Amino acid sequence: MPMLNFRVASPAHVVDLNRVAGLAYINEEAGHIAIGAMTRQRDIETSDLVARRLPLLAAAIRLVGHRQTRNRGTIGGSLAHLDPSAELPAVAVAFDAEIQVRNQDGGRSLRMADFAKGPLTTALTSDELITELRFRPWSEGHGHAFVEFARRHGDFAVASAATLILISNGRVENISLTLGGVGPVPIRVLAAEKILRNAEPTLARIAEAANCCANLEALQDPLYPAWYRQKLAVTLTRRALEKALPR
Amino acid sequence: MLSVTVNGRRHERTVESRISLADFLRHDLGLTGTHLGCEHGVCGACTVLVGGRTARACLMLAVQSDGQDVSTVEGLASDGALNALQQSFWDQHGLQCGFCTPGVLMTLTELLRENAAPTEAQVRDALSGHLCRCTGYHNIVVAAMDAAERLRGK
Repeated sequence: MPMLNFRVASPAHVVDLNRVAGLAYINEEAGHIAIGAMTRQRDIETSDLVARRLPLLAAAIRLVGHRQTRNRGTIGGSLAHLDPSAELPAVAVAFDAEIQVRNQDGGRSLRMADFAKGPLTTALTSDELITELRFRPWSEGHGHAFVEFARRHGDFAVASAATLILISNGRVENISLTLGGVGPVPIRVLAAEKILRNAEPTLARIAEAANCCANLEALQDPLYPAWYRQKLAVTLTRRALEKALPR
Repeated sequence: MLSVTVNGRRHERTVESRISLADFLRHDLGLTGTHLGCEHGVCGACTVLVGGRTARACLMLAVQSDGQDVSTVEGLASDGALNALQQSFWDQHGLQCGFCTPGVLMTLTELLRENAAPTEAQVRDALSGHLCRCTGYHNIVVAAMDAAERLRGK
C-alpha cells in the first residue's frame, strides 16, 4: 500500500488475499513449522509454538514495524516484497526456509537462497503467489539472536544480524550467521561460520569471525555509505554471536 | 457496494476501489477525527480499529473494510462525555496541538483492552508507532498510565 500511495507502483489490478482464511495458520509438521503466507505478523509474535520452536523468528518479529502495522502485515507479504533490510527475509535466509509457491497449474517449492534474487526482486513469476513458509527448527537449547541498527525503534533497519548456534561439549556443532541490509539480499556469511564451526566459541574467535564481515560488498545510499554498513556488519555480527551464546 | 459498521452504525456506500479507508471515513462519512499525516504508515495519525485491532487507515482500501467493524476516535465519547482514556488525556495534558491524538487514543484503546496493567515500557513500545511533533510523549505516557489506573479502579 505505501508503494501505491507513493505512486511507485500503479498496477492495473490488485487482488486482495486478506480474506483467504485458508492461508493463515501456524502448524507443526514432521520436521518443520509451516506458516501460511497470510499469517499476520502479530499472530506470529504472540504464537506459543513460534516462541518455543522458532525463538529467532519470535525475537525478530518484534522489530518489524509497529504493532499497528503488524496487525495487518503478513509474513508472505514481507517475503514477496523482499526489502533488503527487512527482518523476515533475513530470518528466512538464516533458516534457509522453504517457500511454497503456486499458480493455477500447480505448485513448486523454493529454497530461500534461490527465492531471493535482488532488492525487491524474487523468483516469483507474475502468475504465482506464496502459499506457505517452512522453517526447520533447530534442536532444543540452541542459541539465537537477532540484532539490528535502526535510528528509531520500529524504523527500517540500516543493517541487521541474525544468528543460530548449537553448542555441544563446549564446541560449535552448527551455526548460521546472516546479515540483512548489507547486501542486495540478506546474506549468509559462510566465512565467519567456518571460523566458529567445530571450534570453541571464545570471544577472540567471535571477534575474528565478525571481522570477516569488514570487506563484504555493501549497499550504499546518500545516508549510509558502504564503509558504514561494513562497520555495522562487524559490530552487529559480534553482538549477535555474543548474545546467542548460552548465558 | 461497501457495507461497513463504523462506531456501531452501519453504512452502505458505493465507493471507488482506489479510495483508502482513511479518505472514505473523512470524505464519505464526514468523520474527520481520523487524521492523515504521512500516508505511508509511519506517523500513526490515521490509526483506527478494524475488527478490534489497530490498523493504519491510510494503508487499507475502503473496500477491504467491507463487512467489518471499524472504530474511530468519534466512537470513544458517549453523549458528549469523554471516556476514561480521553479524560486522562485532558487531565494530564496528554496533548498539545492534538493532531496525533486520535491515532494515539485508538492504539491505547487496544493496548488497555489487552493489558489492563501495562508497564511504562509496554506503553512506550505501543506508542512507538506514533509520531508526535509537539514532542509531548512524556505526558502521553503519563496519561496512558493514569487511564490504566482509572479503568482498573472501575
